[in-house]
Amino acid sequence: MTTNDLTKPTPAAEGTTEPVVQLKGVGKLYGNVRALEGIDLDVRPGQVTCVLGDNGAGKSTLIKIISGLHQHDEGEYVVDGKPVRLHNPREALNLGIATVYQDLATVPLMPVWRNFFLGSELTRGPWPIRRLDIERMKETTQTELSAMGIHLDNLEQPIGTLSGGQRQSVAIARAVYFGARVLILDEPTAALGVKQSGVVLKYIAAARERGLGVIFITHNPHHAYMVGDHFSVLRLGALELNAARDDVSLEELTNHMAGGTELAALKHELAQVRGVDVEELPEVVNSPST
Amino acid sequence: MTQAAPPAAATPPASPAAAPKSRTAERSLARRALARPEIGALVAAVGVYIFFFAVAPTFRQADSFATVLYQGSTLGIMALAVSLLMIGGEFDLSAGVAVTSSALAASMLSFQLTANVWVGVGVALVISLSVGLINGLLLIKTGLPSFLVSLASFLMLQGLNLAITKLLTDNVATNAINDMDGFESAKAVFASEVTVFGVDVNITVFYWLAFAGLATWVLLRTKFGNWIFAAGGSKESARAVGVPVNLTKIALFMTVGFAAWFVGMHLLFEYNTVQAGEGVGNEFYYIIAAVIGGCLLTGGYGSAIGALLGAFIFGMVNQGIVYANWNPDWFKFFVGVMLLLATLVNLWVRRQAARR
Ligand SMILES: Nc1ncnc2c1ncn2[C@@H]1O[C@H](COP(=O)(O)OP(=O)(O)OP(=O)(O)O)[C@@H](O)[C@H]1O
Ligand SMILES: [Mg+2]
Repeated sequence: MTTNDLTKPTPAAEGTTEPVVQLKGVGKLYGNVRALEGIDLDVRPGQVTCVLGDNGAGKSTLIKIISGLHQHDEGEYVVDGKPVRLHNPREALNLGIATVYQDLATVPLMPVWRNFFLGSELTRGPWPIRRLDIERMKETTQTELSAMGIHLDNLEQPIGTLSGGQRQSVAIARAVYFGARVLILDEPTAALGVKQSGVVLKYIAAARERGLGVIFITHNPHHAYMVGDHFSVLRLGALELNAARDDVSLEELTNHMAGGTELAALKHELAQVRGVDVEELPEVVNSPST
Repeated sequence: MTQAAPPAAATPPASPAAAPKSRTAERSLARRALARPEIGALVAAVGVYIFFFAVAPTFRQADSFATVLYQGSTLGIMALAVSLLMIGGEFDLSAGVAVTSSALAASMLSFQLTANVWVGVGVALVISLSVGLINGLLLIKTGLPSFLVSLASFLMLQGLNLAITKLLTDNVATNAINDMDGFESAKAVFASEVTVFGVDVNITVFYWLAFAGLATWVLLRTKFGNWIFAAGGSKESARAVGVPVNLTKIALFMTVGFAAWFVGMHLLFEYNTVQAGEGVGNEFYYIIAAVIGGCLLTGGYGSAIGALLGAFIFGMVNQGIVYANWNPDWFKFFVGVMLLLATLVNLWVRRQAARR
């Protein structure tokens, strides 16, 4: 199996619109640790780009560069055809790029509505007495959360008292609300139950319908395949697969995710452990032709 | 705001959820009151008041109460600024000596130049704000904890206070400035007495209350207040959603600088002369007042009203001991007990409030 076979772009799907965000050979070093190398990625309006990969593959690092939290050390980061270097998340937000971070979602001790609008507060009144428009912020928070299927009795409660899934949903609702052009979601479904995951996937689909470019990071190839238009699989900081939906099947994707040959080896090892029924394990697909 | 139209509201995906069903009953008023950071301090203040009211007859007089308020105000103006800083997640151990530095600067500058005292007052303000700015920049540039950075500036300021004063006056106290130009007007602004219902109340009490109102408004009703809570509650998360965390922290250190200047000017015009060694140790009283008022040491939680109550408790204990004819040495013991009790009460209150 060759990766080249899979990276053929389908002109119909990808050539039509110019990418909003584009990475060209981007690399990132954490001291001596090479977290990313030679990453190419296109985010087009109305498309969902899924980024998959093992733990530590560099997925979070990749989106932190796009969202302005870290800077890239190599290659080019292009927005609307112009190379940029974002110094903080505010600059990314001003370009219409909003992010739900895996590990940096909310401020636990602050009320839900304050978290929702943190950094983008609504105000009213002229300068010396310019103050928060609390009414409007609470209303909007309530509306956006119910649209997401979350019903909270009390928006004043510290967000830290919500369940992990609820917290994540608030963070997603916030990014969907503020992400004017590009929406980045780092493992948004990891902490969610089946129903909430479904809601998030619907949200991603809805964002695509509205013409947003979405970057969806996940461990779950099934979730990715349900909404994705383009798939990038990272392994040890490099792109292992970069393919449009038409060029890759769910099996292939799953296989790439798991690292096909490694999975076969694992199955072989497990076969020697008493009590594991290897026949019950899913088939390992090694190449598209099998 | 860069994006005006709420994009998501336009096409919300069909929500599978049924009609919103309330799982908790309307939270009772008591429960909501318990969720306030300053509730522990309020209970403590009432308790301390009743205690001294019972044991010290002098404490019941109106002018004694004015003295208590005055004691509270000089500590309290600083405690307000320090509590904002603590909510923002940082400490300032140089806050105590910074008050003295400001007073010394204003006094010696005016005296040496035989200028109008307002010149000294103005320059002292610039110096105090700069000290705050430097503290903030040091914190951000070095990435060291503010405990360390401000400990260093505490020592440096303390050294400068003594060294420069001795250099210029050959003494550890400044020359009296009460016969200089502008002294009367400056005293009227910073250290006059206002008569309320026949009782003389120091003007600092009114500043204290006004600042507490302003700080509360800023904390709860402005963007900047939101940023303070966020910077202290989770610095990285705040930065990730676009809060200018560094700017917020620098502004908070400069607020402490401003408060140090204000209190420094009061002390200068109240007493005409300044002792160079004063102020050491007060930084802990400011922090303690803030903690009694419900500020978390870890940041992200607290209130200005709490800090006001904390300083008021200090004033009551400080004067109450005198009025009860006890040895003033007991003061520190009392403060220790208060601190321990208040922290435990705050801990308990927060657990109650967090329970749904
Ligand atoms: N701030 C940092 N400093 C040093 N190394 C880092 C830092 N952040 C990440 N790394 C390293 O970079 C590599 C990629 O990490 P990253 O968080 O991007 O992985 P990931 O694909 O998001 O993993 P996961 O699926 O567990 O979220 C890892 O080896 C990690 O140890
Ligand atoms: Mg990650």
